[in-house]
Amino acid sequence: MRAAIGEELGDGLRKRATHVGSIVWPVDVASALADLTEISSQVEAAVVVDAEGAVLASTIAEEPGTERLAVAGLALLEAATSRFGTSVRTVLQLEAALREGSIFVAREGGLAIVARTSAAPSSGLVLYDLRTCLRAAAEAEQKKPKPRSRRAKKTETADA
Amino acid sequence: MRKLLGLAVLVGGPLYLRRRREAGRERVQLHFDDGSSVTLADDAPDAQPLLALARRAL
Repeated sequence: MRAAIGEELGDGLRKRATHVGSIVWPVDVASALADLTEISSQVEAAVVVDAEGAVLASTIAEEPGTERLAVAGLALLEAATSRFGTSVRTVLQLEAALREGSIFVAREGGLAIVARTSAAPSSGLVLYDLRTCLRAAAEAEQKKPKPRSRRAKKTETADA
Repeated sequence: MRKLLGLAVLVGGPLYLRRRREAGRERVQLHFDDGSSVTLADDAPDAQPLLALARRAL
């Protein structure tokens, strides 16, 4: 006899949540990254970071590798913005193409994604896939329930 | 037919070689929020610090 539908779904969801080498918990951002690596075969590794530079999800299992990619990618974006950005325009995405491979960085809605690809990738396609992933991750972050503020609760009690 | 083939090789050959040479070159391409973009070839002075940062990530 087969398992109930709910149990089957539960197994499926658990598998989906763990098949990415995410080192941190937000499952939805990790799912967006998993979809990215599934769609784009040229992307070898990718990291999603928030506005403060904290890693939200990564396809790299080891923390030093994740940190290295995130830090270098954000430094790249910052250096490019400080050198070429002006009051009217800012760097939205970039590609640094090396002989060994390429580094892509894109940002949108308070999140940024840093990706490493094989050499000579199809830049346009990779950037499109990264932006799609970033949009899905930003959506997941917005839907994430925010923790209740204790201060607000105290005020309510005081008012009562 | 032979003339047409010769012409294709004459025009397409250098284009293909140029594209291959450019594909092998290191570069940085920046895209801005106003839709503009800048490409820095590896011999551009501004490209070197950015390429060095990228090398750290690989």
